[in-house]
This record gives sequence, structure tokens and C-alpha cells, in this order.
Amino acid sequence: MSEIKKEWPLWEVFIRSKQGLSHKHVGSLRAADAKMAIENARDVYTRRSEGISIWVTESVNVHASNPTEQGPMFEPSDDKVYRHPTFYEVPEGVGHM
Amino acid sequence: MNKELYEYVLRMGDDSLILGQRLGEWCGHGPILEEDIALTNIALDVLGQARILMDYAGKLTNKKEDEVAFLREERDYKNVLLVEQPNGDFAQTILRQFFFDAFRLPFFKELQNSKDETLSGLALKAVKETTYHLQHSSNWVIRLGDGTDESHQRLETALEDLWMFTGEFFYADEVDTKLVNEGIAVDVNKIKPIWDAKVSEVFAQAKLQIPENDWMQKGGRQGRHTEHLGFILSEMQYMQRAYPGCEW
Repeated sequence: MSEIKKEWPLWEVFIRSKQGLSHKHVGSLRAADAKMAIENARDVYTRRSEGISIWVTESVNVHASNPTEQGPMFEPSDDKVYRHPTFYEVPEGVGHM
Repeated sequence: MNKELYEYVLRMGDDSLILGQRLGEWCGHGPILEEDIALTNIALDVLGQARILMDYAGKLTNKKEDEVAFLREERDYKNVLLVEQPNGDFAQTILRQFFFDAFRLPFFKELQNSKDETLSGLALKAVKETTYHLQHSSNWVIRLGDGTDESHQRLETALEDLWMFTGEFFYADEVDTKLVNEGIAVDVNKIKPIWDAKVSEVFAQAKLQIPENDWMQKGGRQGRHTEHLGFILSEMQYMQRAYPGCEW
């Protein structure tokens, strides 16, 4: 017999603050379905004009890297400074890059 | 002073003010955090509408916004009886909101054409707010009605309690007649079929029947209220009565 779930699923919320910027993760919330998740996100996360577009996805669909593998995953790039474009002379007049 | 206009502004403003006060009672008590914020967002929207109207009523009578909002007696409040009904359970609150929003949206759409610039300006802003309110309350009526046995039963109970208060939206007297002729007020007779259609549409999805009982309670527009308004006012007016003219 399947158990009736009392908790609504968890959703992750992404908001685009203005045209040209990408959606950014702002937090999570609970909702029964996607429609309700978008409405709830509107009420919880855009009350102070934070956004012009909302994405939601169920949290179970987010797959994450394993925190215990931080060493092998990320440290090898720490000593490869040549991967940063910091060895070029920037001509005057180019301004901010 | 334009007596009819003052009366008209109060009727509209008190609908918003008293509903805002009721919805504000949910603050910290919502069934879930997300809905707690949704209800209080709506409360703030309608309170914002009330402020514009209280300020306007004040200008017509040489009073301050707070005096109009907080220092009248119960009989001088002209809101429809529906908005003063208790929050009850969530189904009760949602159904009350749905009936109200389904009236207010077409009402504000018409009011945008008012020759009175304060009213048409308010309507322009309120149409956007109310479009969202109606979407929110309709969705919940459908979810509860077409949900579990318990949610459906609670909505049925709410319907039995609230149905008789829905006729008052379409009450019109000489105040309306005069202002409609002047191009200021909305002719509520035009709103009725739109309201009926919306209620039928949402009820069909929510598996609810429109009650056969068509006896409608009235009195709010004349200041004759249910026993609930006095309690709302004693809480709402406490600060202004205890500290006259207080601001912060």
C-alpha cells in the first residue's frame, strides 16, 4: 500500500533580475505542482521587484557534485594559473574587460 | 462637497480597508509559509487601494486620511458584508476572496474609463493587482473543490455560509445612478453577467454547484452590518483612539 505523502515536494527557484542577465538561484520552497511553485515564488521572492522571469524545478531533479570529492574535483586547477588570462598586456584605451 | 462622490468613494474604500484588515489577520498564521506571504501580499495590495480612497474621501471633506479610515463609527462604514465575515478556515478565506476578486476585476476594468482622474488612476493600478488576486483565489478554489473529500467538504461549508453575501456587490441606489450618469461610477448591472460567468466557470472545475437559494443579505452599503464589524473596528481603531493623531 502506498503511503500518502503529507509534505509537498521541494522546488528550487531561479530568478532573472533583468533582460540580458541569466537566471540566478535564489532559494527554495514547497508547492504541490509547477504552477503553484511559480505563484509561490512570485509571492515569496519577487515582492521587492527582484525579477522579470521565474524558473522553478523540483529539487530532486538537481544533481550535485559530492562534497567529499572536493579535492580531486577542484584542487587540480588551483596550481594552473596559466589558465587565467592574466599574462597579457592590455593596451591602453581598452578600458575594463 | 459632492455628497454622492464621497459616499461612493467610501463604499469602495471600505471594501478594500476591511478586507485588508481581515487578510492581515492571517499574518503568521498561514497554512504554509508561502501562502502566509501570498495572503499578506494581497492584504497590502488592497490596503494600498484603501489608502488612495481614504485620502480622496479626506480631500472631499477636509479631513486627514487616518481620520477617515479610523475615526468613523460602525454605522458610517459602507463596505459589503462579505468582506467583514470571519476568516474561518482557509477554504472560507479563499472562497470569500474569490467572490470578491471576481467582482473587483471587471469592476476596476470599467472604472478605468471613469471621468474622475483619481478613480481612473487607481483602477489602472488595481487592475494588475486584482488580475493576480483572482488567479490566485480561482486556482485555490479549484484545488480545494477538486481535491480531497475533506477539502471539498470545507469548501461546501464555506459556500453555504458566504453565498448569501454575494448579492450585495450589485446593489445600486441613487448614488450610483447619479454618478453613472456623470460618467464617474461603474454600472454594476454590467458587471453581474461577468461575475456570474466567472463563478460558473470556476465552480465547474471545482465540482461545486451554484446554490439554488437566491435570497441575498444586504445592508452594508447603508451601514447596517453583521456583528463582526464592531470587533474588527475595535482592534483596527485602537491606536488612533488611544493616541489621537499618532503617526510613525
